[in-house]
Amino acid sequence: MTSVAEAPTVQRRLLAQTGHGPLPTLDASQVVGLARDAGLTGRGGSGFPLWRKLNAVLVSGRPPTIIANGAEGEPASGKDKALLTYQPHLVLDGLQLIARAARASTAYLYVAQPAAFRAVLGSRRDPIPVTLVTAPDAFVAGEESAVAAAVAGRGAVPADKRFRLPDTGTLVQNVETLAHLALIARYGAGWFRTAGTYDEPGTFLATIGGAVAAPGVVEAGYGVPLGDLITAAGGPTAPLAAVLVGGYHGAWVPADPALPISREALSPYGATPGAGVVTALPLGACGLAETARIAGYLADQSAGQCGPCVNGLPRLATTLADLAAFRARPTLPAEVTRLTHLVTGRGACRHPDGTARLIASAMRAFSADVTAHLNGHCLATHTP
Amino acid sequence: MTRLHIDWTACDGRGLCAELLPELLAEDDWGYPMARDGSPSPTVPPALEPNAQRAVDRCPALALHLTREAERPSAPTR
Amino acid sequence: MTDALWYFARGSGVVALVLLTVVVALGIGARSGRTAFGLPRFAVSLLHRNAALLAVVFLVLHVVSLLFDPYAQLRLFDVVLPFVGNYRPVWQGLGTLGFDLMVAIVVTSLLRHRIGARAWRAVHWLAYLCWPVALLHGLGTGSDNGTAWLWTVSMICVAVVLAAVAWRLTPNFTRFPHRAERKVAPRLRPLEEVR
Repeated sequence: MTSVAEAPTVQRRLLAQTGHGPLPTLDASQVVGLARDAGLTGRGGSGFPLWRKLNAVLVSGRPPTIIANGAEGEPASGKDKALLTYQPHLVLDGLQLIARAARASTAYLYVAQPAAFRAVLGSRRDPIPVTLVTAPDAFVAGEESAVAAAVAGRGAVPADKRFRLPDTGTLVQNVETLAHLALIARYGAGWFRTAGTYDEPGTFLATIGGAVAAPGVVEAGYGVPLGDLITAAGGPTAPLAAVLVGGYHGAWVPADPALPISREALSPYGATPGAGVVTALPLGACGLAETARIAGYLADQSAGQCGPCVNGLPRLATTLADLAAFRARPTLPAEVTRLTHLVTGRGACRHPDGTARLIASAMRAFSADVTAHLNGHCLATHTP
Repeated sequence: MTRLHIDWTACDGRGLCAELLPELLAEDDWGYPMARDGSPSPTVPPALEPNAQRAVDRCPALALHLTREAERPSAPTR
Repeated sequence: MTDALWYFARGSGVVALVLLTVVVALGIGARSGRTAFGLPRFAVSLLHRNAALLAVVFLVLHVVSLLFDPYAQLRLFDVVLPFVGNYRPVWQGLGTLGFDLMVAIVVTSLLRHRIGARAWRAVHWLAYLCWPVALLHGLGTGSDNGTAWLWTVSMICVAVVLAAVAWRLTPNFTRFPHRAERKVAPRLRPLEEVR
């Protein structure tokens, strides 16, 4: 999953092989201003503007804790691992920029395999020391408050959101976001905006998987047509039935090569570019069975803290599994809708919301197959 | 504007809040409180604030909080 | 007059024990999340709290009357410091211990919102120590030990608490026995820092 694909319309910024000049020293207002002018948003899936969070940390009056989040617990995503392998210095540059601007005494790099970064860190002369923290191999381990908890020495468990994390002085930024910041500091906000769309400037790293010839990580500007991403990953290995955009917390969209990967174009499908995960489903594979598989995984990956999630996700997963395996009653679609509403917004983190979103999108995207499954057969696999 | 915030990491679904605030809360399939308006943190009308405060005080798990608009949680990130 | 104090001390002590028994049973009942005696859950919880506060009142009356009682020779520090009394130090010490535990449980309950649920719950578990201590104190000390009426009252209290605890341990104790347990997934537990 970590091969870097070549394609005509994809861009290479983070993944460019060229060296970059020295990192300028910027004060807090310069970093906030640059990030705001560039329109740099979080690449971990939320798409929240970096400058807002950084500003909240700066005015919080609390000792700052700056964390680079490379946990990438999403199994379908490989872009953070690829970035950290190919361009660790860009990530560490971005981390230094923010840690210096915030006058932090230590910065943190939170990754699944920290030992691999000792040599890289040792080769740098960073003014702010970087502490490596091990990210558990778990889906929710990359959630912002779980990251903060893990760095504080507790379990990587999401926390209640009565107080926003940046207001407590803690900034968690995805490693890709930090790498973009390192480039913006060198080349400017205007340069950053020459890629992407007006509303969503810049490039993003996409992990292309599923029914493609060369699964891997691709860099492209926001608004890139879906077909270009698929082509960049070697093209489809079979005609495609649908594409899962945004990963396991994402949504199914039609396999339309012209569909732009942007918030605006994806919103009718309830999808967002998220953390850039694009998974192609071939014709002949059952979207309901695939969604049921993912739902089962997500139910198992609950942190286990919140009642509606601990009870609701397994119920949702088994309901969907019943549908996939033709054990369904006619009332099942209504029950799925009821359960998705039941879990949404009722947890410390958005794990139940994301799971419900994926399932709801599957019921829409594969609605014809839902009807077929209720009648005991599958349109995709022509079984049983 | 006052909202009722539920700390799901603490909530044990003991069911006192749905009794004290039936106007705002119902129970789900497992006895956990569920806002009748479907929102994650329901708005508390001024007339119900005393009842909401009682629910906050009597929650055995201390899972309920009344929040003013200023400290409303924003979208968490992943 | 002095006899009156002695009788009053014994009487208030027995009433406090009976109330504590009610408090323990209601506490367990409240924990089940079920309604009881046609009362809603919040009423069960309020009854639990108010019975506890009433038990404190009788406990204070019990202690204060003994402070002024010439037979008991209770000194001020005997109220706080267990097992150093002049009169049957072990049995009286159990009373002091029970009083201390009771104070700790009630004070932390009143300050629940300040100290947080975790600390409150930890102290509240001491109720399972407080109640037997109070029971033994009542049976062992005082001039009523061996009397049929005190034994009867004590045994009814024991039966009530044992029944409540036995119910607490049955699988169908809570109102949603099939609810999945909330427990942090082991895979998220803390890992060591690398550097």
